[in-house]
Amino acid sequence: MISIQNLHASVEDKAILKGLNLEVKAGEVHAIMGPNGAGKSTLGNVLAGREGYEVTGGSATLNGTDILELDPEERARLGLFLAFQYPVEIPGVSNLEFLKASVDAVREQQGKEALDSVQFLKLAREKCKAVNLDQSFLKRGVNEGFSGGEKKRNELMQMMLLEPSLCILDETDSGLDIDALQVVAEGVNAMRDANRSFIVVTHYQRLLDYIVPDYVHVLANGKIVKSGGKELALELEEKGYGWLEDAATAE
Amino acid sequence: MSEFIQQQLQHVDALERSAWLQQATDGSRDVFANASVPTRKTELWKYTPVRALTEGVYAQAAQTFSAAGLDEYATIPALGSHRLVFVNGRLSQELSSHEALAQVTLFSQADEQQQQLIRQHLDDVMRGSQRHWLNELNSAATNDGVLIHVGKNQRLQQPLQVTWLTTPQAQAFSVNARLLVVLESGAEATLVEHYDSATDAQNSFTNAVTEIRLGANAQLQHYRLQLMQEDALHVGAVHTDLGRDARYQSFHVSLGSRLSRNDLVVNHTEGGSHCEMHGVYVPQNQQLVDFHSCIEHAVAHCTSNEVFRGIMNDSAKAVFNGRIHIHPQAQKTLAELSNKNLLLTNKAEINTKPELEIYADDVKCAHGATVAQLEEKALFYLQSRGISRDEAEVMLSFGFINELLEAQPHDALVQYLRPILARRFGRDFQLSRHLL
Ligand SMILES: Nc1ncnc2c1ncn2[C@@H]1O[C@H](COP(=O)(O)OP(=O)(O)O)[C@@H](O)[C@H]1O
Ligand SMILES: [Mg+2]
Repeated sequence: MISIQNLHASVEDKAILKGLNLEVKAGEVHAIMGPNGAGKSTLGNVLAGREGYEVTGGSATLNGTDILELDPEERARLGLFLAFQYPVEIPGVSNLEFLKASVDAVREQQGKEALDSVQFLKLAREKCKAVNLDQSFLKRGVNEGFSGGEKKRNELMQMMLLEPSLCILDETDSGLDIDALQVVAEGVNAMRDANRSFIVVTHYQRLLDYIVPDYVHVLANGKIVKSGGKELALELEEKGYGWLEDAATAE
Repeated sequence: MSEFIQQQLQHVDALERSAWLQQATDGSRDVFANASVPTRKTELWKYTPVRALTEGVYAQAAQTFSAAGLDEYATIPALGSHRLVFVNGRLSQELSSHEALAQVTLFSQADEQQQQLIRQHLDDVMRGSQRHWLNELNSAATNDGVLIHVGKNQRLQQPLQVTWLTTPQAQAFSVNARLLVVLESGAEATLVEHYDSATDAQNSFTNAVTEIRLGANAQLQHYRLQLMQEDALHVGAVHTDLGRDARYQSFHVSLGSRLSRNDLVVNHTEGGSHCEMHGVYVPQNQQLVDFHSCIEHAVAHCTSNEVFRGIMNDSAKAVFNGRIHIHPQAQKTLAELSNKNLLLTNKAEINTKPELEIYADDVKCAHGATVAQLEEKALFYLQSRGISRDEAEVMLSFGFINELLEAQPHDALVQYLRPILARRFGRDFQLSRHLL
């Protein structure tokens, strides 16, 4: 699915990712944990192609395609999806218009037939229901005035509509209460299948009780410093990141 | 005397009008005759050259034009309005549907009582420092003016639409548009003042003045739409007097044209009145839009809220000058002014200037003007969902304007304006299709 090798990236000339390796196979769920400022969001942004995040070395291939030279929209159309830690508000553009434009673009790339507006509205309403958002959210401006939890659920709804092959969730659980967390986890679990992979970035082990990962990695100081199974998350919850960070800097 | 002024005076003098109207407009003729054409040094016209106008020759239409094929330009679907439609300055009976409305009269058909009302208010609402030479020309040349008079506690059930169309036959024609709106106390109305044209290139000059007098507790919702073909020249003014507890809400759209100059003046003349003035301007190519607004808080306990947004594309240029004048007696005034602008290219230009003059101490007044480009963060968000950069730019531009549009109370107008504004940015259908 995605193969990241020796990835180096910097923001404003400051090196953030310093030789990151990660291999995610089709159907797998990988959790990435790590202290604040470790570079988790940077990894997501670099993979999604955000301007200002400069790749200074290494490679990333999605299903065999080198994605690092592609525009963000091209990556999205290839099936990469980033659920943002802080989704942007876009007043004046309705959620429905935005979702339709996005689904049209991705379906077109995949050679699928475009949905007409009636079909699309039906589909969008279904997904609203699935993430427990009232249908009135389709008419509102994109994320405009949404609460933190509503924004996260809106990200999840987009993911469901776009049916990406690689989903990167950047702290989608942060700030959610347990009810909302369960909605998110159910959504993700329902989408798990043999052809879809997930990179779940989280700060809290709690999420992993609901979305059970195949692997857990610790990202500190710009690289993966430890990998393990789901029990690693429990160990981290208990011990914190200090011991790993020290190891990473000592290297 | 400048050639332009001389030429216009000839037209004014050739008008055949009833004696009372002739008399009512003589004063303006004299002021205009003694005016000089503004230059760069004239403060009110500093960034807005009038060359495009003064180098041309603009005669008044003497004949009536055919209405064939013009219905589509005069129609705002689903608005359910009564309408008056002028074609190249002349009322088109065929396109109009106001006959049944006792509240609407042409100046030329005014009865004794109406004449008196016209004489009382004409040029009286439009006083003050922002009245300029072309307003004087409009007054001097007033002939086919329209009086809208809504009586005490009456409500105009349907919106009233007054449309001025210009067509390519009107090469080198000028259109003098004049409205006088008087709402007696407790009256209510919705007015759509609409300037449009056939799409073919044309060389016309529309000079418009609207005076509005709202009595105590009266309410007017006013839309002013300037949607003409881009070669057309437009100079317009709206002057409004607000009586006690009156509410005036207006929404202005200017697509821009070779010259589009708009003076908007609101006078709070009695306590408790409220004015809401919102608007958008979206010039492209070489177009120019100029909004000069002035809100006079002359008395205490009034509120005003003014929000304008502009997007300048290509080499277009805009001027926004928002003056708020709070007189010494105007305690407890609440006044807000916001003007945000987006420049889509580095050749586009905006001169924005909020001007606050506050002479009372117990007031709340906020103002802000910004000039920016599209937000990179938001563009990336859309792109990360597969939307092309070009389409993302169109969506964001439209959203910036649409925030004000979608807040307007008449859905038929919102739906009518949406595609017109969306196509402004997504000039290629592929780029605007998700907004239509
Ligand atoms: N857009 C940015 N501008 C400047 N610094 C940034 C930007 N994004 C991230 N950084 C810096 O990169 C480092 C890693 O940040 P981030 O990837 O957000 O960490 P995490 O998500 O692991 O908390 C931090 O030091 C942060 O300050
Ligand atoms: Mg982060």
